[in-house]
Amino acid sequence: MNWDIILDSAGLYLSGLRLTLGLTLASLLFSFLLAVPLALAKWSGGAVTRAIISGYTLLFRGTPLLIQLFLIYFGLAQFELLRESWLWPWLSSPLVCVLLAFVLNSAAYSTEIFAAGLAHLPRGEIEAARAFGMSAWVRTRRIYLPAMLTRSLPLYGNEAVMLMHATSLASTVTLMEITGVARNLTLNYYIQFEPYVTAGLLYLILTLSLVGLLHWAERRWAGYLVQR
Amino acid sequence: MLGDYALTILGAARVTLTLAGASLLLSVVLGMVGAACKLSRRRWLRLLAGGYTGLMRGVPDLVLLLLVFYSLPALVNQGLEAFGSDAYFELDPWVAGILTLGAIFGGYMTETFRAALQNVPRGQIEAGLACGFGPIALLRLIIAPQMIRLALPGFANNWLVLAKATALVSLIGLHDVMFRARGAAEATGQPFLFYLVAAGFYLAVTLVSVGVLRLVADRYAFERRE
Repeated sequence: MNWDIILDSAGLYLSGLRLTLGLTLASLLFSFLLAVPLALAKWSGGAVTRAIISGYTLLFRGTPLLIQLFLIYFGLAQFELLRESWLWPWLSSPLVCVLLAFVLNSAAYSTEIFAAGLAHLPRGEIEAARAFGMSAWVRTRRIYLPAMLTRSLPLYGNEAVMLMHATSLASTVTLMEITGVARNLTLNYYIQFEPYVTAGLLYLILTLSLVGLLHWAERRWAGYLVQR
Repeated sequence: MLGDYALTILGAARVTLTLAGASLLLSVVLGMVGAACKLSRRRWLRLLAGGYTGLMRGVPDLVLLLLVFYSLPALVNQGLEAFGSDAYFELDPWVAGILTLGAIFGGYMTETFRAALQNVPRGQIEAGLACGFGPIALLRLIIAPQMIRLALPGFANNWLVLAKATALVSLIGLHDVMFRARGAAEATGQPFLFYLVAAGFYLAVTLVSVGVLRLVADRYAFERRE
């Protein structure tokens, strides 16, 4: 066994861990900001709005994330026009490409989760808010958003864990997050066992912490939904 | 010329679908066993099943695939060496892919089947016992039909995720749709086009699956619509 190599590479794993966490948090933040208005629009919009948003979520939920990532990272280089535009310095960076893929993918799942949360909002709560004379903006801020977020917390938590796991795909486009570090160690030292086991354990610890955090959040904010 | 490449990609549909089908079969078997263990009266069986599902849901698919394909044979070979054997053990990408995907989705199926089993009303099972049903008749006539209805939404979801997860095996060299798309992309210099062809294939699989599963759900729905 070659565990001493792993110990010597602790710094690499630490920077990998930092990238994994950074990718997860950044993707979660941007996809959340995208998904909330999309879910509200899907729920309250007309037939055309609904069809467009459903089309977007179908495309991104119906195809593998790996393909979406490759379409963005390798695929966009095919277009001459794009390669000569001011966007190219950004679009040729693997970091921007994985973030773009993760955000678009996760926002599609989150939109559907939030829209389902809204669909379960009791009709009476909306009518009560109207009867109080709340404007659309106040209703959204005080009634729809809190109801949507608390009701979809369990499923959204699942999505957050899935997204954290999905960041391992970033290693396929040269990024050195946890999986990338492990792959590099296997190639450099020609050991196949220890690096991946270490990576697996790190993900396990991350998952357990995230799940613990989510349970706490559920008790804290969605506790009132539990039927006693 | 470009059409030929597209046909080559779609020709690998058989590889992807065979892999997905075999993994689904394994995951259903593991899910049944896992659910039975989770609901068992023996504590160690419950702990074992809990550890299994926790591991499968706590580690990314890609890392599990790399663990099975690279780390497992490395461990076996170290063991063989320690016993003074010069045999060399290697896993075929097919075997590694089916084992990994089957094991991962076996974990998800365990949770789906466990929830379904728990939601079959207790009174009906007791009524069956009171009517003198044996364990097989009980399973076939009372538990199975209801369990299928209750497990179907979760099962459908697991299948849709599994079908897409098969794209990962291209990374360990199995010549599936994704692998061929990559080959065509590199050979022609038109990556966007050929990854789009592959994406279209997976989208078609998703749409067909959703349609078929909706028919099955109607078949097992509470009220039969004639």
